[in-house]
Amino acid sequence: MSVQPNAPEGVEPTHFEFDHESEQQIATVLAKYPPERKASGVLPLLYVVQKQMGRQTGSAWIPRVAMDVVAERLEMAPIRVYEVATFYLMFNTKPIGRYHLQVCTTTSCWLRGSDDVTAACKAATGIKAFGETSADGLFTLTEVECLGACANAPILQVDDDYYEDLDGPRTEELIAALRRGERPRPGPTIDRLNAAPAGGRKVLVDDVARKPQGQG
Amino acid sequence: MLQDKDRIFTNLYGQNDWTLAGARARGDWDGTADILARGRDAIISEMKASGLRGRGGAGFPTGVKWSFMPRKNDGRPHYLVINGDESEPGTCKDREILRHDPHKLVESALIASFAMGAHAAYIYIRGEFYNEAMHLQHAIDEAYAAGLIGKNACGSGWDFDFYIHRGAGAYICGEETALLESLEGKKGQPRMKPPFPAAMGLYGCPTTVNNVESIAVSATILRRGAAWFSGLGRPNNAGTKLMAISGHVNTPCVFEEELGVPMKELIEKHGGGVRGGWDNLLAVIPGGCSVPMLPRDVCDTVLMDYDSLRAEGSGLGTGCMIVMDRSTDIIAAIARFSKFFKHESCGQCTPCREGTGWMMRIMERMVEGRAEIEEIDMLEQVTRQVEGHTICALGDAAAWPIQGLIRRFRPVMEERIHAYKAAHGGTRPVQVPVGLVEAAE
Repeated sequence: MSVQPNAPEGVEPTHFEFDHESEQQIATVLAKYPPERKASGVLPLLYVVQKQMGRQTGSAWIPRVAMDVVAERLEMAPIRVYEVATFYLMFNTKPIGRYHLQVCTTTSCWLRGSDDVTAACKAATGIKAFGETSADGLFTLTEVECLGACANAPILQVDDDYYEDLDGPRTEELIAALRRGERPRPGPTIDRLNAAPAGGRKVLVDDVARKPQGQG
Repeated sequence: MLQDKDRIFTNLYGQNDWTLAGARARGDWDGTADILARGRDAIISEMKASGLRGRGGAGFPTGVKWSFMPRKNDGRPHYLVINGDESEPGTCKDREILRHDPHKLVESALIASFAMGAHAAYIYIRGEFYNEAMHLQHAIDEAYAAGLIGKNACGSGWDFDFYIHRGAGAYICGEETALLESLEGKKGQPRMKPPFPAAMGLYGCPTTVNNVESIAVSATILRRGAAWFSGLGRPNNAGTKLMAISGHVNTPCVFEEELGVPMKELIEKHGGGVRGGWDNLLAVIPGGCSVPMLPRDVCDTVLMDYDSLRAEGSGLGTGCMIVMDRSTDIIAAIARFSKFFKHESCGQCTPCREGTGWMMRIMERMVEGRAEIEEIDMLEQVTRQVEGHTICALGDAAAWPIQGLIRRFRPVMEERIHAYKAAHGGTRPVQVPVGLVEAAE
């Protein structure tokens, strides 16, 4: 099993309060569950915290004081929130860089060159090992397990977006673009339609695209 | 092989509009109220007659599962919970439904919920599928706005609400009771069964948990008829299935195919063939990492369906193949799975929590060859101590790839050990790295 670490001493803020945008999201979340089952909102609310921290500080993570606020809101014991926050890998329990680089290294990605993607991430950011944040505070590199997009391996997930069919040089280009403040379009980085075979569809070939403009 | 006219997922590649207008053009939401008007029993009988077996891996007949829900509400609400926690390494099929055919899922969820007396359905989507969840949410919003779901869904008189719940990065939440725990706001640790979810599931209420694909195909089955679906595939292995090919093929992809087609044909047609030709094939893991791998000679002839793969000591699993060519370090490939399971064990049962760590550490030494020959048997024994001794199947899933490796590739493991001994001299035990022994001496 794996457990998320505590934040290092001295980085914990003393106060956390939901902002207006978060409050609107919370109202939507809590409407999904029976009123007496508020605890179901714990995962969504921890996401709300993480997003708000990202907006406010540039580092999307969940401080302990915010877990207490979530516990109070959901009428849960704080320990129940702590154990959830540390059980699920997508909750960052210590500060991270502005961009979260998550390399899938599980077998399907590994077979198609995730080692090259990892090496490129390290070369382009100066990060030496998984779990570290670059000296400029821009990037955190995390090793993740199967991202469920194996037909487009290898994958690098940047925050919420999947960049697919990568190799070393294209990974370095992607990171350079992020550094310039650009956000390249997610999806395959080679000439390919989503999870269809590279080189063109082998089935559904008569189905001419009628997709409206601008739809991803 | 399947013809385009018999495909269920006609927007699999996102080549067309995935929103409501596009979905309607492909035939979704056509006569949904008429299907509901047939009544619960007729819908469940039709699903049973179709021969649809669960598409998440276990292969349990879907119609039979639906029939386990209590006939009458005893005051507790009923729930449909859809398992969209697609995390099994190698598996990437439900993602295509969520992002390119979300309305198939919403419509089918309405029908399935009606058939089991549920007014609400939750879908648990793995947290990493953020953009996919956004597509589905858009489809849900469209369906509410068009009166297709919500109060008096499709004018049927049935009220139906559909909610998305996102996971947050825990493979174990794909296990149905861990998923329910997570949905209730707890750590994802599996529950003992019985009670089964149909008696006591979400919030202690009768619940059915189905895979995304199992649900998403049901509207089409009910529209086109059980006979159409069961006419595809092979007896007891009916219908079409979303599959994927990843790893060492020329064109990895996701596709829909009939069950019972030879694996070799699928790899040649959809995967564009094994990299370097069929003779360069080493092994295939046919359905996600929890099913044992098949060596090349089996892959020459085996059919891709539940029973054929089971007869070879493996399984269809999720139907998503991982192909490995002869350049693969097969021990390292399986060791990577051991690391995966060690990482993903929820920590509840001791044999799994500790055993996955043991297996990972021994496998790491096996990759180097830094082991004794008799440790292969010891490793096998450890897998047997974990298998069957845990609440859920994660322990089994961690054990099986290693058992498959030992069964199929034992000579490779022995050769690696001999090579390490030869390279590091002598006959003394080598479990501890040579450098460390010298330092200690």
